[in-house]
Amino acid sequence: MKKKPFSKLYLALILLFLYLPIVYVVVFSFNESKSLTHFTGFSLRWYEKMFESQTMMDAVYYTIVIAVIATVVSTIVGTITAIGMSKSRKLIRESIVQMNNLPMLNPEIVTAIGLMLFFTALNIRLGFITLLLAHIIFCIPYVVLSIMPKLRQLDDNLAEAALDLGCTPFKALYKVIIPQILPGIVSGALIAFTMSFDDFVISYFVTGPGINNISTYVYTSVKRIDPTVNALSALIVLAITIILLIVNILPLIKERKTKRNEETI
Amino acid sequence: MKSFRRLVYPYLVWGIIFIVIPMLLIVFYAFTKDGNSVMPVKFTLDNFTRFFSDSIFVNVLIRSLKLAFITTVICIIIGYPCAYFMARLKPNSQAMMVLLVTFPMWINMLVRTYAWRGLLIESGISPEIKVYIGMIYNFLPFMVLQIYTSLSKMDKDLITAAHDLGCDNKLAFLKVTLPLSVPGIISGITLVFLPAVSSFFIPKLLGGGSYVLVGNLVENYFVTTGDWNFGSAISLIMTAVILISMYFTRKFDYSKEDR
Repeated sequence: MKKKPFSKLYLALILLFLYLPIVYVVVFSFNESKSLTHFTGFSLRWYEKMFESQTMMDAVYYTIVIAVIATVVSTIVGTITAIGMSKSRKLIRESIVQMNNLPMLNPEIVTAIGLMLFFTALNIRLGFITLLLAHIIFCIPYVVLSIMPKLRQLDDNLAEAALDLGCTPFKALYKVIIPQILPGIVSGALIAFTMSFDDFVISYFVTGPGINNISTYVYTSVKRIDPTVNALSALIVLAITIILLIVNILPLIKERKTKRNEETI
Repeated sequence: MKSFRRLVYPYLVWGIIFIVIPMLLIVFYAFTKDGNSVMPVKFTLDNFTRFFSDSIFVNVLIRSLKLAFITTVICIIIGYPCAYFMARLKPNSQAMMVLLVTFPMWINMLVRTYAWRGLLIESGISPEIKVYIGMIYNFLPFMVLQIYTSLSKMDKDLITAAHDLGCDNKLAFLKVTLPLSVPGIISGITLVFLPAVSSFFIPKLLGGGSYVLVGNLVENYFVTTGDWNFGSAISLIMTAVILISMYFTRKFDYSKEDR
């Protein structure tokens, strides 16, 4: 018990280290002057500038649009593939697992240049389409990977029973299999969305002139001092805080409600 | 349910087109020169001999490995006590700490690195140290969470048993806790070392142009110079180095388990 204060202090120091840059970015987004080191006074001018900046708003727009489309497509394709894999012969299943591992085990930059060479070899102009396609390509393996364990736990007889009871294969899929693996699908979709939203390396190599997501915008704007990036960062921090609060508090409220219901019963 | 088998074929075709062929293209480019003109194809090892015969390139590779290695070691040294203390907190505080450690990872890596750039811009620290700070900052949560997971899964009765059998705290830690957390450390190493070798935006944003790593070389040859053949060769060398180091890390893991 003697060691408790030391362990608390240590954890506090780690948290300080982890949150220092985040606090810094939020504080300096309200700085009046352009300085990155001296806080001269409160102002909202960088926020105003951010909303006026067309390239910055475009970057936010592309990030969200691509993340949403890539999540939807990769979740659908990933779910279909995972279900197919669970019924396939071992050889085909194993080869898909190996293929899926390639983009996850390879350094990101290797996947990135591979796609860049591929798109250029086919004479596809680098831009929105290639960016979207690349995001779908690297999201699917994560979706498949998060659904596979749920399918392994699934009782094979359930689907057979549905068929015996007169379901068409499609109906059995829709009514029996999908609801059972839904948690895996949801977590797969969440991973896909965050992977796409945060991606820099692959986006950087496959995007074309004029098409930026938030990451590539920050990377290209870093050569000059631009406090509007601080404002954008602060807004991202705010958005993620709100999302995480909702995700973490909702289950608590639900729990309390079910508890209350149990008590009334 | 055999009809569902057919569901994999679209993705099989997709994967061959968008995953396998791009990888083969890198290999193709690495073993050819002037790949932009397709015919006549002449395979050559020139790109590789060019890399290994120039001490500048070899030094960049060694520097990247050194950076990744030191980053990994420091992440273990700082992260292990953190994970250890976390695992001994009350369950509610543990969940809170996991959330607090995870939270920064949700914020875009570029944005966090950009923040460090502002923080360190007038600090007078050498570019190399700045890069180290940025690397450790980015990778520390991965290490902490991996070690924490393996420590929190551990049966606490084992420690009690060790005490009953006459171990003091130190010995119980060395003989019970540490060996049981090795899988966590190994997966932490995988998550830190592998991406650290190939990282290129942290060195570029925090080290300025002066601190070049193998990832920056690949970037330069693809984006600036346009020598895709040489760039592909460098990325193959980098991948080979990573695979070899991962092989040895895993081997270490198995040999530990055999004992």
